[in-house]
Amino acid sequence: MSELLLIDRRWIARGVERSSTMRFLLWLVPWVALLALGIYAAGLCLYYGLNQTNMDNRFAFGMWIFLDLAIIAMGAGAFFTGFLVYILKQEDLKPILNSAVVVGLVCYSGAVAVLMVDVGQPLRAWFTFWYPNTHSMLTEVTFCISCYLLVLILEYIPVLLRNRQLRKVPSFLIFEHQLHKLVPVLAAVGAFLSFFHQGSLGGLYGVLRGRPFVYRQGFAIWPSTFFLFILSAIAVGPSFLILVTAAAERVTGRHLVKPGVFRKLGLISGVLLAMYVAVKAVDTLVWLNITSPSLGFGPRDYYSYWPISSTFLFAVTVPLGLFPALLLIMPITAGKRGWLLFGATLACAGVLLNRFVFTVQTLALPTLAFDDFLQYSPSWQEVATFGGVIAYGVIVYSLSYRYLPLFDPPKGADPNVSVD
Amino acid sequence: MSARYGMVIDLDRCTGCGACMVACAAENNVPPAPPRATPRTGLTPMLVHKVTNGMEGTARREVFIPVTCMQCGDETPCVSVCPQQAVQVDKATGIVMQMPQRCLGCRYCMVACPYHARYFNWWDPAWPAGMEKSLNPGVAVRMRGVVEKCNLCHARLHSAKEKAAAAGRKELDPADYIPACLEACPTGAILFGNLADENDAVFSVAHSPDAFRLLARLGTEPKVYYKSGQAWVKALAEHHSERAKESKHV
Repeated sequence: MSELLLIDRRWIARGVERSSTMRFLLWLVPWVALLALGIYAAGLCLYYGLNQTNMDNRFAFGMWIFLDLAIIAMGAGAFFTGFLVYILKQEDLKPILNSAVVVGLVCYSGAVAVLMVDVGQPLRAWFTFWYPNTHSMLTEVTFCISCYLLVLILEYIPVLLRNRQLRKVPSFLIFEHQLHKLVPVLAAVGAFLSFFHQGSLGGLYGVLRGRPFVYRQGFAIWPSTFFLFILSAIAVGPSFLILVTAAAERVTGRHLVKPGVFRKLGLISGVLLAMYVAVKAVDTLVWLNITSPSLGFGPRDYYSYWPISSTFLFAVTVPLGLFPALLLIMPITAGKRGWLLFGATLACAGVLLNRFVFTVQTLALPTLAFDDFLQYSPSWQEVATFGGVIAYGVIVYSLSYRYLPLFDPPKGADPNVSVD
Repeated sequence: MSARYGMVIDLDRCTGCGACMVACAAENNVPPAPPRATPRTGLTPMLVHKVTNGMEGTARREVFIPVTCMQCGDETPCVSVCPQQAVQVDKATGIVMQMPQRCLGCRYCMVACPYHARYFNWWDPAWPAGMEKSLNPGVAVRMRGVVEKCNLCHARLHSAKEKAAAAGRKELDPADYIPACLEACPTGAILFGNLADENDAVFSVAHSPDAFRLLARLGTEPKVYYKSGQAWVKALAEHHSERAKESKHV
């Protein structure tokens, strides 16, 4: 036991305070248990097939695709912060960059892991690279997510190699130094790839002519949802980063970043969210009055079914769109931590609801006039698999926080002021 | 000249007996549904819907609508979305082909299909002992985790081609290529043929005033037509807002 304590202490950076080994292990226990349950549930799905889920021929996409879209949008904070710091030179956001990379890595790798369980023939995943259909938005998503995950891993390696023990290996030190020079390039490549795949995730639905509820016209080959998904992702990414950092501060009992960083992330999130709400409102009006009627579908074909009604459309736009945008922008609310966190939470909830509507409501709605509105609830295997991904995220973030320099200490602040 | 195979289903003749569904399953080696399967997880490349006009008493009318892959001809929704080209339109026949061996099982094509005519293999295919001897040797059994759908009995098309080649003919004899559903229909409600051939009976019926297509305004150009002399049936199929109050699968 004492050996373990010694090893743990040796891997923690000098001069920083971390909780005791025992306390850290106790923190990890429930998450490891949830991860084990998730791996078991995913194993059942892989071994026995997707009959372990409650998806069916009508609900061909379910909880996994909905939450994948949601966490990928949340993970947008990674590429967008890199874009702000390295391309737009917003240096004051640099202290949060490493944390953003870990959040992005966790979100993207978790989503890819779930997708591997979600497809019926995971061993054929390489077919998309070998026989790509260049007309498919899913091909674009697959290519960009794979490449961006690689970029995130490359961005994470320099953070990883700054660990106290790993730094002792000279070749690692040289590698980290060289890789660090590449980080601005990686950030630019990552931003390009991410803009595209966030958009193609929206395009995934927008091109579906056979689903008038989501079909949209747009610019060139891209439907309007392509641009709306980019905008909503970069709007909510900073908000999610605020929430993750605030949660980390709460758990560790430390001030990890200056309040100014939160304020700036909140402002960026709020302004982009306000822009999104404006564009979304115009898009909705065009869709309801022009696009959808031209296909023979009117609003009552979408909004006359309980429990999914036009309330959702209102909720996405006003209480979970415009309202949090104002909370994040107005100095009187954004200056107060509680209101800022509340605004960020509502913004994230809004994007969650948006992704839910695009995935679940689309499939619940009948297209044939003589078909039914259907309902779906996930099986325990679906819930547990996703629970496993959340646990994986918490574990990776916790380990990264403990052993890696995730947050640069605020200037002038004594890192030892707070006590765990 | 390229063919455009399609069919016209006369809804005024359809009695909803389900023989087409059974014949389709037998012809295409569709395995029996496992005990846990539901109507929403089964494999029914041909599915008959029972639809009413929503009225009661003497005003009540019923119709049976067999729904299968519509073999969409333009902007085929499932073809453009498949990430690995497992779905293609055969230019020689107009048939929308599904390649189970290349299918990833992502089910994006199922989401894209407005007719809900695509089915996922949720279970490993299995037959009761001895029943495997009744399998059609011309049709490959699909594995778990892939999507399948009606391919207009493609094995029969191959047989017809082989027969024509053996006889030294370049053109198929229409009598040699007849889908199983048509063969089984006791009321002759299904008409099949080449929609590109003006001399084919299916061409003239498809262009008759009583003919219509499901969700025609989506612009997917289905090659499966329906025919009915009842105005409410046509309105229901074409105009989505005329929603039926009741419907169920046979």
